[in-house]
Amino acid sequence: MNMLSPTAPLERGVTPSPPPGDALVRFEGVRKVYPPRAGNASFVALDHIDLSVARGSVLGVIGRSGAGKSTLIRLVNGLEKASAGRVIVDGADITGMSERDLRGVRRAIGMVFQHFNLLSSRTAYDNVALPLEIAGVAAADIRRRVEPLLELVGLADKRDRYPAELSGGQKQRVGIARALATRPKALLSDEATSALDPETTRSILDLLGSINTELGLTILLITHEMSVVARIARQVAVLDAGRIVEQGDVYDVFTRPQHATTRSFLGAVSGQKLPGWLAGRLRAEARPGDQTVVRVVFRGPIATDALVSGLVKTHGVDVNILSGAVDEVAGRPFGALVLGLPADPATLTLALAWFAGHGLDAEVLGHVG
Amino acid sequence: MSADIAWLIWEATLDTMWMVAIAMIIATLIGIPLGVFLATSGRGELLAAPLLNRVLGLIVNATRSTPFIILVVAIIPFTRLVAGTSIGTKAAIVPLTIAATPFIARLIETAIREVDQGLVEAARAMGATPLQIVRKVLLPEAIPAIVLSLTLAVVSMIGYSAMVGAVGGGGLGDLGIRYGYQRFMPDVMAAVVIVLIVLVQGVQSIGDRLARRLNRRLRQS
Repeated sequence: MNMLSPTAPLERGVTPSPPPGDALVRFEGVRKVYPPRAGNASFVALDHIDLSVARGSVLGVIGRSGAGKSTLIRLVNGLEKASAGRVIVDGADITGMSERDLRGVRRAIGMVFQHFNLLSSRTAYDNVALPLEIAGVAAADIRRRVEPLLELVGLADKRDRYPAELSGGQKQRVGIARALATRPKALLSDEATSALDPETTRSILDLLGSINTELGLTILLITHEMSVVARIARQVAVLDAGRIVEQGDVYDVFTRPQHATTRSFLGAVSGQKLPGWLAGRLRAEARPGDQTVVRVVFRGPIATDALVSGLVKTHGVDVNILSGAVDEVAGRPFGALVLGLPADPATLTLALAWFAGHGLDAEVLGHVG
Repeated sequence: MSADIAWLIWEATLDTMWMVAIAMIIATLIGIPLGVFLATSGRGELLAAPLLNRVLGLIVNATRSTPFIILVVAIIPFTRLVAGTSIGTKAAIVPLTIAATPFIARLIETAIREVDQGLVEAARAMGATPLQIVRKVLLPEAIPAIVLSLTLAVVSMIGYSAMVGAVGGGGLGDLGIRYGYQRFMPDVMAAVVIVLIVLVQGVQSIGDRLARRLNRRLRQS
């Protein structure tokens, strides 16, 4: 266990959802139903979606495949149309907009794709120039715009390369530069890092993060990876079977997951998932000689060593560390320890009181022999 | 083989190339837009016009399912109307064009449909109009496949042009039938076959090379 700074008062990042006027993108009671096809019943992709993306923020929507993430993100630029409810982008309700008006909205929203979707017939430079050509920008202005963008994403030396000559990470950088070409207000990221290796994923996320902070661009991203949300987003919404089951500040949602889907996503990130050998042997009833398994979740910097040794020294409780992980979520440390304590009610009460006294959430998971 | 015969073969070769070239130019000019339309006008597609799509599709299929030799004979009145005559090189161009156009249209349709739909979505997300998507995304991305399609069409048309020879169309086929077959001159027949093989080989390798050069997907660093 690493030694972090001593127990600090818990900082709770309670961010109230932004007032309606401050949201760049807002979903109001949105429902999306796909009509029946080939004998299948109609399919409700999204239902009761209420979601706000504050200006300048990064909101991550996480969900499994089929949860409706792709539909959700495509509602923002009108690639999909809501069956009910309203989608408001920069103050304008886009649900009833004509295709012609939607084109204007789309030019103010950049989009990055999982499979990059670069034109193989165009060089990096020409790919970035494409949205400007589409918007009817003059050639000289296109050059003035494209070159700094390639610079920004670190690909100035690859301007004349074709996508086939670039690596996955480089292709996504071209994709990002392209998405920024028309100086959009919002950036939609559709699983932008899902086709990339972990290291490239980090560098792409850092690039998106700096675009958010330096250009003040609002980012809505969808992903199936909690680590992506943890690294870049400040707000998160958990999507399950077409509904938002949980949303809020990333740190809060991560450290106090309420919904089973959220917990399952958190598994790897924050020790929410027990190691297999332990999970398999856990039972609800204690038998003589059992250990009680307790999960202690700590938010913010805490001395994990001191915590355990304190319990041992002060109360003479035998503590067995079964598993543990310390991670960083939204830039703040967060971790969980799974401890084995003697299965004796008095000791247990003592230990739980000790954790509570230190501002930690402790939860009895079960018993093992 | 006498010099006269060699001269006849040379002239017939030029005739064939001329017929095929003119027919291909006209058929390509009509076939490419038609193919693009067929590929993009289905229900829920970019230029959705399902009814027109169905009608054009039927016409294309009808033309394609008519055997070429029947087509040549069946449209003689039309050929006479357009070319002023129903025999000779000029007349042969009419049925060749009519056969080549739907053929090219279907090939182009396939080439356009092969373009990754993700690119169309990306362009839509940029606010592109359907025509911009066709011009800036679909056609440039399909270029290598289009080149191969046109190569295939040229090769087919060289074959068809020999067939119009059977009804007095001029060119290599005409020569092969009148001299090689009807006058029992196997050396002329052999020469015609060799020239046709060389033509087809030449066209195919030029097309292959061009398509490969245009295909940026194959480039490796």
